[in-house]
Amino acid sequence: MNALAARRRHPAAIALLLMLALVVTGGLYAAFAPKPAAAAAVTADQVAQGKALFQANCASCHGLNGEGNEAEVGGELRSFGPSLVGAGAAAVHFQMETGRMPLANPGVQAQRVSKIKFEQEEIDSIAAWVATLGPGPARPDEEWLDWEGSGDAGRGGTIYRSNCAMCHSSAGAGGALTRGKYAPSLEGVEPVHIYEAMLTGPQNMPVFNDTNLTPEDKRDVIAYVKQMHAVGNPGGLGLGGFGPAAEALFAWVFGLSIMIGTAVWLGQKGA
Amino acid sequence: MSETTASRPAAALRADDKPIERAPQGAVGKLGGVAGWVDDRTRAAKGVNYLLRKVFPDHWSFMLGEIAMYSLIVCLLTGAFLTFWFVPSMGQTVYDGSYIPLQGVVMSEAYASTLDISFDIKGGLLIRQIHHWAALMFIVSLSVHMMRVFFTGAFRKPRELNWVIGTVLALLAIVEGFAGYSLPDDLLSGTGLRAMQGFILTVPVIGSYIAYALFGGDFPGEMIIPRLYAAHVLLIPAILVGLFIVHVTMVAVNKHTQYPGPGKTNDNVVGYRVMPVYAAKAGGFFFLVFGLTALIAAFAQINAIWVHGPYDPSAVTAGAQPDWYMWFSDGALRLLPGWIEFTVFGFTFSPNIAIGSIILLPLVYTVLGAYPFVERWITGDDREHHLLDRPRNAPTRTGVGMAAITGYTVLALACVNDIIAIKLGMSINDLTRFFRVAVFLLPILVFWITKRICLGLQRHDRELVLHGRETGTVIRTPEGRFFERHEDLDPYTRWRLVSFDTYRPIELEPATDANGLVRKGARKDRLRAALSRFYFTDQIHPVTPAELAAAHHDGHGHEALEGAAEEEYPEQIGADR
Ligand code: HEC
Ligand code: HEC
Ligand code: HEM
Repeated sequence: MNALAARRRHPAAIALLLMLALVVTGGLYAAFAPKPAAAAAVTADQVAQGKALFQANCASCHGLNGEGNEAEVGGELRSFGPSLVGAGAAAVHFQMETGRMPLANPGVQAQRVSKIKFEQEEIDSIAAWVATLGPGPARPDEEWLDWEGSGDAGRGGTIYRSNCAMCHSSAGAGGALTRGKYAPSLEGVEPVHIYEAMLTGPQNMPVFNDTNLTPEDKRDVIAYVKQMHAVGNPGGLGLGGFGPAAEALFAWVFGLSIMIGTAVWLGQKGA
Repeated sequence: MSETTASRPAAALRADDKPIERAPQGAVGKLGGVAGWVDDRTRAAKGVNYLLRKVFPDHWSFMLGEIAMYSLIVCLLTGAFLTFWFVPSMGQTVYDGSYIPLQGVVMSEAYASTLDISFDIKGGLLIRQIHHWAALMFIVSLSVHMMRVFFTGAFRKPRELNWVIGTVLALLAIVEGFAGYSLPDDLLSGTGLRAMQGFILTVPVIGSYIAYALFGGDFPGEMIIPRLYAAHVLLIPAILVGLFIVHVTMVAVNKHTQYPGPGKTNDNVVGYRVMPVYAAKAGGFFFLVFGLTALIAAFAQINAIWVHGPYDPSAVTAGAQPDWYMWFSDGALRLLPGWIEFTVFGFTFSPNIAIGSIILLPLVYTVLGAYPFVERWITGDDREHHLLDRPRNAPTRTGVGMAAITGYTVLALACVNDIIAIKLGMSINDLTRFFRVAVFLLPILVFWITKRICLGLQRHDRELVLHGRETGTVIRTPEGRFFERHEDLDPYTRWRLVSFDTYRPIELEPATDANGLVRKGARKDRLRAALSRFYFTDQIHPVTPAELAAAHHDGHGHEALEGAAEEEYPEQIGADR
């Protein structure tokens, strides 16, 4: 519990009550909720269904057994999709739940798509099957996604600025990488996907494994990103979070026009 | 060697003008009451009377300088408010203010106090935003003001000195802006300071000593923010205000220029007296500028320092840009190839950085400041100019100006190549390659296009003066020929179109004198002649009274005349000037 939360939940009684409520719900949840993607919870049925779904939707690029698909096209070796051995359930969840996979149109990078064509259950089973291909990162425990309850945004911000801001920008607005690739905006991304992105390092993003950034670190990073975006833009229009670039455009186009407009108007007022 | 217009051809049209009423000056009657009391002690009445009776011409483009001036004043007022709470210290503190995502973070007092101004001091965020928007608008409007002065030739004698003062103001303005931008000690401002330190390090041999002295040790040290603070709130504003008072006083002393038009000559000023009209307008305009800036600041967020977090030398952020007026330099750095760096005798020389910073920055402002003198050298024109040029009537100057703006803009845009790439879905590598070529080619192209447009407009003006407006009425002659009736321009409109200067390109004297000896300065003359040809060879001359008479005389069978404008120096025009 950090100092801030304590202050916000002033009258101590309410704070205590809330804490209690939290502990109880958290405890109940932990007791009854199935651990997603944890190997134990996976049934053989699920894995078989996952394999079938995979072979129908993904095999063209990733190979029938997820071994990857490389083929000669016009004399040069092209990779249609990498091997998924060791990619882990977390990678499948991230890729499919953000709509990146199955890749619709190959470009410089797989894009986030808002319309997901698969049921959660189907995604879970594909993930379960891919997890059997080789040891890889599993879905994170709920404990590490509870940024509201136990995340430390201040600490997370420091980690964020030295590990993520160089690509995603300090405002989390995204940034350009080389050759048309880019780090996307983090606004509105689900906590679990932020976690899985760090864990699996999609495409040009580096992998931040658990020795790199501990699960606590990851949770704090999520807390920071979420809190920062929750504050919004206290100063008015955020201008896209693109800092001086957007401000300059605004000053030159809007600011200058209304100033000159006023000057012209005043100029027409004679004596 | 060269010769310039002594009198305008069209001046003859005004031979019978009434004498002009001039602002009476000097003699002020004895004042009574409080005014008299003050005057007895200060002798101010005479000066005030002079100022109040001054006449200013009215045109919106003359108010651009005012926008700059008022924005500067808005900055001074809001800046004073900010000093009440800002703590210019790099001492460490733990943040415990009300911005949740940074609570418990170790940061400098400068950054913490800026967060406090933004979140915990009533009206603080609004004032901060007004201050920053006003600063941006200050430099935007002074730049546009400068363009106005440039494209209308208002920098010509006797105003060259004021142009130079203006250039110094422009340079100081960006230094002031940069200093202010660096004060909050957030991640962006620290990154900017780091870049600045890098620039200084590229000064050969002594660079590291200068950087060490400025920062009071290694980067970032503890000194730079207190020092920048002193510069930002005291030193530079004092010089800025002092210089801009001199600047505006010089405008009063030289009198304001005016656009050509009926009744306007090089010897008068047509407009409103300061009292009451101009003063009321100017005063009102101040409040409008202040109000509009406040409105912008109330609705649009600027420099959200809280999202950047405190400066930490180990962190960087994507999309790190300085404020726009530093872009051209940063952009040049992004375009310069990295391989032009070498080591001699253990010293590393970094032209890849130096060219875009410690060379480019002073270079731009030196060229700017020198322009009036260069143009005067080329034209050899020693007369005073109080009538402005319409930009089309100085096609080469207008082209050169547009080319310069283009080059500057390409460099500036190169500084936001990452933002452009992500917004337009382009590859940053392609963009950089494009900018590398564009910075050389686009200015040339723009020069050429601008000049063509100017010449076209001038031809159109000539056409109008000679043949009048098309009325759309088609007339059939008894012989069965058709022609469209043209209506003559009224003399007022015509006056505006014919009163401008043209110059004869300088003819080169032989490089050797009669005895076959090489003349002194022959090479310089050759350059000057070449530039003069570049500026004036294909210019279009204003319609002379003789041409006008001929056009009228000819009625409508005047096709023969149309070519005259483009011909090289028809005799009667040359003789006339
Ligand atoms: C059109 C071809 C294509 C299809 C269809 C496709 N993928 Fe992919 N997939 C790719 C490519 C290409 C990559 C590599 C992206 C990169 O890293 O740049 C990729 C990457 C992945 C990754 C990340 C691998 C890693 O190491 O993190 C996962 C997981 C994945 N795909 C799962 C799937 C699943 C599951 C499906 C079916 C629902 C699917 N893909 C369908 C082309 C495809
Ligand atoms: C080298 C640059 C780089 C760094 C450093 C980086 N990322 Fe990324 N990140 C990317 C790229 C590129 C993508 C897009 C991958 C894709 O589309 O598959 C991405 C995607 C993401 C996504 C998915 C967003 C979405 O739209 O679904 C999240 C979340 C994310 N990153 C979080 C982080 C966090 C948190 C950190 C720091 C711990 C971080 N990233 C560090 C480059 C980076
Ligand atoms: C601190 C920034 C500046 C302020 C506050 C300022 C203010 C003014 C004002 C109020 C005027 C009279 C109105 C007008 O013509 O617009 C003026 C005129 C002038 N300014 Fe500036 N100016 C600034 C910067 C510059 C710059 C950067 C230049 C050029 C390099 C410049 C060159 C001139 C010249 C030559 C005139 C006389 C124009 C004429 O009489 O037509 N000024 N300035």
